[in-house]
Amino acid sequence: MNQTGTAKVLVPTGMLGAGFDPSTVDRGIALGADVIAVDGGSTDSGPHYLGQAVAKTAAAAVARDLDVLVRAAKRAGIPLIVGSCGTSGTDTGVDWIAEMVRSISNDIDETVTVARIYSEQDTEAVAQYVRSGRVHPLPPAGELDEATARRCSHIVGLMGHEPIADAVLRGADVVLAGRATDTAVLSAVPLLRGCPPGPVWHSSKIAECGGLCTTTPLRGGVLVSIDPDGFTIEPLDPDIACTPQSVAAHMLYENVDPFRMREPAGTVDARGATYVALDERRVRVEGSQFIPADVHTVKLEGSGVTGYETLSLVGIRDPEILDAIEIWSKTFDTRLAARVSALLNLDPSQYDLVTRYYGWNAVLGSLDPDTTTPPREVGVVLRVRAHDQATATAIAKIANPMMLHLPLPGMSHLPSYAFLTSPAELERGPVYEFLLQHAVDVEDPTELFRTEIEVINHA
Amino acid sequence: MPEANTRTIGDVASLVRAKNAGPFWLTLEVFFPDSASYRAVQESGVITGTSVAELYNTPEAGVQIFNLDALHVIKISFPRPTTQGAFADRDMHSGQQSTPLAQLPLPR
Repeated sequence: MNQTGTAKVLVPTGMLGAGFDPSTVDRGIALGADVIAVDGGSTDSGPHYLGQAVAKTAAAAVARDLDVLVRAAKRAGIPLIVGSCGTSGTDTGVDWIAEMVRSISNDIDETVTVARIYSEQDTEAVAQYVRSGRVHPLPPAGELDEATARRCSHIVGLMGHEPIADAVLRGADVVLAGRATDTAVLSAVPLLRGCPPGPVWHSSKIAECGGLCTTTPLRGGVLVSIDPDGFTIEPLDPDIACTPQSVAAHMLYENVDPFRMREPAGTVDARGATYVALDERRVRVEGSQFIPADVHTVKLEGSGVTGYETLSLVGIRDPEILDAIEIWSKTFDTRLAARVSALLNLDPSQYDLVTRYYGWNAVLGSLDPDTTTPPREVGVVLRVRAHDQATATAIAKIANPMMLHLPLPGMSHLPSYAFLTSPAELERGPVYEFLLQHAVDVEDPTELFRTEIEVINHA
Repeated sequence: MPEANTRTIGDVASLVRAKNAGPFWLTLEVFFPDSASYRAVQESGVITGTSVAELYNTPEAGVQIFNLDALHVIKISFPRPTTQGAFADRDMHSGQQSTPLAQLPLPR
């Protein structure tokens, strides 16, 4: 790779499968892109996807975006890098995308070299890292114990740029990374080309969500141009703009600290960065720093089963009940606990139950500043979690007659409420929780990751 | 509820938003339309570690407040009340948690 100290990174969208106009990718290539980099995952949709090792995105949507990107990258002779494949970056997520790339290379009759970088961690190995003192909590977590590591259904490590850069050096046309930091996916090629790390990592954070740093977020991605003094960012769509405000504001997005961010190899520091409009749609950023860490660390994400859940949904519209909804809810809770105890011989410590009243404090609970507006209509969602599905459903079935008919104290008739479904009980299967907020010390930034190179030959 | 003639942070801000910052943190941002409104709210002293802790029923020691003068933004971060997606979680993306801050009354 040429050590020119400059690089142009094309980010077509903030999430593979979100869709984009193919002409925006053509435009980025015409502007001289050296790499196409796109994120394929996030923890943002909750613990289910990592726990179950399934993707959030629709296969058809991902395949469509990949088809456009593989063709464009092959035509331009530049690498395509996909990070956090299959939402959570599990090994099955990488294999899921790899199968799509095989099919695309077959369709376009091209030889494609694919690198698959696996980031899943064996739970027993993580327990050993805990034992040897290599695992540290990240705020607000406490120390990790071995049992918690073993409770995880899947654990992934967030790779930095190093395994990705290695795969590019080994000749990969398409790099499919398991879980990676959003920024590592964009940073790998610029770092290989000798660009300064401050602007590389800072620009990667700004660009990782594609068009979110523009004034029109749903109109395609961005092109980042890095040089020895800083970087310039512009939207791929010629009719929309990046402004100093839109670019700087993206540093706030989904970050605890708007100035500093830890990466495996060090910390991005944007406190000294300046944002200047080059023209109506391009922004120049200089002054970004990257402070290398003393010890290279890999953040872990883990998700494990906490039980089996059954839901039940009923609607209440009767104003007489809604006027006394607090009394109704207390009556419901008390009677249900008594019935479950009497019929199933379970006390409340043996299952978990919450009742959310959508329309009445379901979203904010006791934090709601409005304590006086009466609800017009309320959706009651019963959530039951138990050690097994049958118990959760049995509890929901015991709740069913009350959700259908529970009167207010003193009422002389039995009201009937509005169930959404038949059966009323919706079995959710195993439910998961994020169990890790920890990082492991490593000597070699690639040691937790495994790379397989495959040549899909159509020559 | 604030009294009808009381102005709130949401009334003077151009946007108050909330989101997860990873599964273990919640972050709030108040965007002001200009320097005057940004300074006025800053100087009013309504956004402090103590007021945020009370508003969100969270330990004050965990509350971080950032003032971004150039952007006219006040950003607040603190640990989530529950881990994202845990059984008791009410808001998977924390996207609706902006309302208590937006409805915080400003001094007259």
